[in-house]
Amino acid sequence: MSTSTADASAAAPSAGGAPLLQVSKLKKHFPVTRGIFFQHKVGAVQAVDGVDLTVASGETLGVVGESGCGKSTLGRLIARLLEPTDGSIIFDGRDISHISMREMRPLRRDVQMIFQDPFSSLNPRHTVGTIVGTALELQNMKPPQGTKKRVQELLELVGLNPEHYNRYPHEFSGGQRQRIGVARALALQPKLIVADEPVSALDVSIQAQVINLLEDLQNEFDLAYLFIAHDLSVVRHMADRVAVMYLGQVMESADRDTLYEHPLHPYTHALMSAVPVPDPAKEKSRERILLSGDLPSPINPPPACRFHTRCWKATELCRTEKPELRAITPGHLVACHYPEERHVT
Amino acid sequence: MSAVIEEAVTPPSPAPRAFLDVRDLRVHFPTDDGLVKSVDGISFQLDRNQTLGIVGESGSGKSVTSQAILGLHKGTTARIEGEIWLDGEELVHADADDVRRLRGSKMAMIFQDPLSALHPYFKVGAQISEAFQVHHPDASRQERRDRAIEMLRRVGIPNPDKRYDDYAHQFSGGMRQRAMIAMALVNDPSLLIADEPTTALDVTVQAQIIDLMVDLQEEFGSAIIIITHDLGVVAEIADDVLVMYGGRAAEYGPADEVFYRPEHPYAWGLLGSVTRLDRVREERLRPIPGTPPSLISVPSGCSFHPRCPYASRVGARCRTDRPDLEETTADHLVACHLPPADRATIFRDEIAPTL
Repeated sequence: MSTSTADASAAAPSAGGAPLLQVSKLKKHFPVTRGIFFQHKVGAVQAVDGVDLTVASGETLGVVGESGCGKSTLGRLIARLLEPTDGSIIFDGRDISHISMREMRPLRRDVQMIFQDPFSSLNPRHTVGTIVGTALELQNMKPPQGTKKRVQELLELVGLNPEHYNRYPHEFSGGQRQRIGVARALALQPKLIVADEPVSALDVSIQAQVINLLEDLQNEFDLAYLFIAHDLSVVRHMADRVAVMYLGQVMESADRDTLYEHPLHPYTHALMSAVPVPDPAKEKSRERILLSGDLPSPINPPPACRFHTRCWKATELCRTEKPELRAITPGHLVACHYPEERHVT
Repeated sequence: MSAVIEEAVTPPSPAPRAFLDVRDLRVHFPTDDGLVKSVDGISFQLDRNQTLGIVGESGSGKSVTSQAILGLHKGTTARIEGEIWLDGEELVHADADDVRRLRGSKMAMIFQDPLSALHPYFKVGAQISEAFQVHHPDASRQERRDRAIEMLRRVGIPNPDKRYDDYAHQFSGGMRQRAMIAMALVNDPSLLIADEPTTALDVTVQAQIIDLMVDLQEEFGSAIIIITHDLGVVAEIADDVLVMYGGRAAEYGPADEVFYRPEHPYAWGLLGSVTRLDRVREERLRPIPGTPPSLISVPSGCSFHPRCPYASRVGARCRTDRPDLEETTADHLVACHLPPADRATIFRDEIAPTL
């Protein structure tokens, strides 16, 4: 997860051997064009701009950040719904960065996605049975007892009634639709699931049900999750390791407890101090860091340290020299010239 | 077309107990599928300089409650019963025009999604000026513009005189919400209702907006109702908390009471479902089984009984009798058939250790 090999091995996940997913210097720039007849490129949205990370089998990597940090784009890159502009994605030992869609197809069994919005991520004209079962047909997988039986098993696995096989998405609640999305992702028995804000659109009590479901499934099937979220409280519950993103880059990453108990990057401090906790006495006594200004545009990100325009510690060094992501302690990487501990929760 | 109760207008009730006094409010919508009982007997009080947090999930009736206070259901097919007293004036039985005069001046609302609440075709500054003009028809054009710019400055928008002429899409999410707050405050309302004001915003922006609201409350002395499903936000700014479920009040009391000594099984369920930033919860969350009820077919008796793990302890009563809000400790009201002593024991032995 950093440039030196010594640090990379220090950051290697606890499961021995090569990680399931290894991402290096990943970039995705979306061109901004101008002109009516002759479009010429005038700039680029640097959505993801140099990200390194790894995910081991069976573990959950939480990726947190706010709007515009690039976490959703990162998820789509890893699922190869997008092709990277630069950098590499190595999945299960194979470089999938630029392989064709045809070559990618068999690999789609191994990497699946769960989307944020339970209302737009399911085709309203398909029955639940079709939604969950189509992948099996497309991949020419013939379950021993037939596709329908397998789909019903999956529905039951996610806590839905298998007899609702022929119902349409609009007949289900938001939480149930999210479960359908989970069943669909599980159909091909993937190794990695990219979950892009899987519970943000749900009510609190339903969130808890779906979180428990995801955890149970992970234990049962040894799934790895790339858990993308803006909700730091949910990520603390789910993740084994966490990466914090800002404007297309990773600011800090560490294992879960280290990040939440000993955060070092000022953006992580600001982020954590902003999250309210359901505890009135604590809320009144907590320190609150308020970030000034607005998020800079990813078309024109600040030079050197991306965060310097909003950082209370910024110095001339921060404006001129980009801090590389480096290990402060083994496994704990920070991209800052002045990392220090601060108690914010 | 107003479906407001017309006869015997003056209710023989005691004088209002607070700046905002809502008594047994009911809002029912007749539809082809049946009567939707969105709000079914809600009562609460709020004074100036105080904040009430109304907590509930989708379909709890919290938004309909706030819309009823603003009189937004007058003239629709909604059937509204009960009383809403604002600064000594009763609103449910009042004329729609009278309530409209109060709306935007004495009481104002901030909506969830500023991009859909602000008009995309008009400049933001002009929208704020218009809000001022409606209630100050004699103000000159310059006065209206100055007032709007002053409000934009007050809510922390840099270069307000230039931003006056921008459109909603030219603002970032947080700035849009600030602009909406400016619009709500332009006429110095005494009551501010914020309906999920920060749900659509990033957490660092949310912190700025909440900070702004607290500052403005200190400056203007307004009463604030904040409606949200986020228990953290409620813990941050609410003095009192009303937990709604199925259109009814489950629990109502000071924030400390509801967070540290909750008594309603639904409140236990909510607190047990929430993940926390500051510590790792035990291995599994304890979600409430099932889903929120349809407001057309609200369960008989206690609306929570189908999902309540303790209904069996009470027996048939939970299915047949609707529990009233009853006081347990000072100002702390709960609507539950479980005896208070049992609730205290359950909380101490089963719930508190897991939180």
